[in-house]
Amino acid sequence: MKYLEERIFKIIMIGAAIIILGVLIYILGTIFYKGLPSLTWEMITRIPGGGFYLGKEGGVLNAIAGSVFIITGAIVISLLISIPLVMYINFYLPAKSIFSGIIRFSLDILFGVPSIVYGAFGFALMVYMGIKASLMGGIIAVAMLVMPIMMRSLDEVTRLLPRDLPDALLSLGSTKYEMTKVLLRQLMPGLMTAILLAVGRGIGDAATVLFTAGYTDNIPSSLGQPAATLPLSIFFQLGSPIEEVQNRAYASAIILTVIILILSFSARYFSSKFSKHKS
Amino acid sequence: MLGIAVFTILFLLLIGFSLFFKALPIMKEKGLWVLLTSANWKPFKGDFGFLPYIISTLYVSLIAILVALPFSILTSVFLNSYASKSICRFFEPVVDLLSGIPPVIYGLWGTLTIVPLISNKIAPKFVDFSTGYTVLAGGIVLAIMIIPLLISIMLEVFRSIPREMTDASLSMGATKWQTVKKVILRKSFPGIIAATVLALSRAFGETMAVLMVCGNIAQIPHSFFDACYPLPALIANNYGEMLSMPSYESALMFAAFLLFIIVVLFNGLSRFTLNQIEKKYQFS
Repeated sequence: MKYLEERIFKIIMIGAAIIILGVLIYILGTIFYKGLPSLTWEMITRIPGGGFYLGKEGGVLNAIAGSVFIITGAIVISLLISIPLVMYINFYLPAKSIFSGIIRFSLDILFGVPSIVYGAFGFALMVYMGIKASLMGGIIAVAMLVMPIMMRSLDEVTRLLPRDLPDALLSLGSTKYEMTKVLLRQLMPGLMTAILLAVGRGIGDAATVLFTAGYTDNIPSSLGQPAATLPLSIFFQLGSPIEEVQNRAYASAIILTVIILILSFSARYFSSKFSKHKS
Repeated sequence: MLGIAVFTILFLLLIGFSLFFKALPIMKEKGLWVLLTSANWKPFKGDFGFLPYIISTLYVSLIAILVALPFSILTSVFLNSYASKSICRFFEPVVDLLSGIPPVIYGLWGTLTIVPLISNKIAPKFVDFSTGYTVLAGGIVLAIMIIPLLISIMLEVFRSIPREMTDASLSMGATKWQTVKKVILRKSFPGIIAATVLALSRAFGETMAVLMVCGNIAQIPHSFFDACYPLPALIANNYGEMLSMPSYESALMFAAFLLFIIVVLFNGLSRFTLNQIEKKYQFS
């Protein structure tokens, strides 16, 4: 009897796992099946031409460029803030300090704040500072979104570092600042993983850039200009009643999905490299 | 560095307070109770009742949790206790990818597959007509989006159970499933609850994917096959254009503030519980 129950539940569990795997394949399959016929070289290399939204020539280079600019800016800003913070809570504060506990706790909560709230807050901030929807605004909003992600994953790998390493460095007479520089080199693969994770999250999010970055058919040439983004480009094209434009939305979705796939697998590659270092 | 550290903590308060002050005018004008319990939404006449949006958010999120929870528990138990190492290694990128796929892609997939499925196959069995852009569609898409979060947290919770405990149960002649049922699931119950609350708060805030499949009609949905209009979708669809009407802007900020408070509360509670579990594990 107990073996029968065992077997039944085992089958159900395997079934659940297979369904989850199946859903992933189904999602990727649908996107590629629908989008591949419309995915042309022109999609990636051209900005929307005249009549693009009526199904005429052009591509989504404006959105690709906008997304890349925004995420690059956001990553630079959050690196400048994340690295000092993580070094501070790991090497400057005592190991079991209440203060670092509070910081980690607030990071956990910031991580859970929905992207639409960052978008709305970012917009309110921009209105307050007198910035219009622009590349700048998008960078600020996305930086707020990705910062907790980056800090948390960087913190996780930093905690995995063997404790004797900082001790050895300190006993050799290096200052804490010098020690941090050496350790940071050790943390390089972990830092890469953190960056890739943050890029993956930031590049795909639409709700943060919806009001902060605006939308344009051109490639922005300064921080004050509005910038298009890939997720929004997909969203707007999908909303069109014209079939060719909708098909291009599917093709743009392939572009975004391929970017995410590459990011996800390289993050995995770097984190496996890090665990080799560790042992 | 200390400055950055302090700022990180204050940042949370900064977001909260600025949303609060932006939402204050509408709260003063209407009163909190009216905003939360009135179903009357006519912004141009000055009526702001959030009840349809709140109910919509709750419905969609609850369906998502109900669908996602069994799959996530079964899969994570399977990965934790039954699957071989190579299967686990194969499944890691699967979970990673599911959590990495952007909301807009989920939304696109939902409109291509789930929406027609509901409107052509499922809904006709229960109601006369449904466009497919429904509470149910939103719930299903959302369920898939929170599954990776649930699985990864549950795996962590399962791992925190001391090995001796499961070994003891197995050596007493219990089968693997009995051990799972009587030791692992019972022991990790608080963790599972915490994971669920965390996933629920993620579901509350999800914007783009839900917006694309749930119809966006401001009404209190009466069945799974009605369209609905969750809070994040309300903000996303209307914000930015509404600067000309101060009371409308304030009302949308109130929506953001509401979302923020609920999510922070839920997140705080569940993270606290999970941290507690992790700590216990480290000392034992």
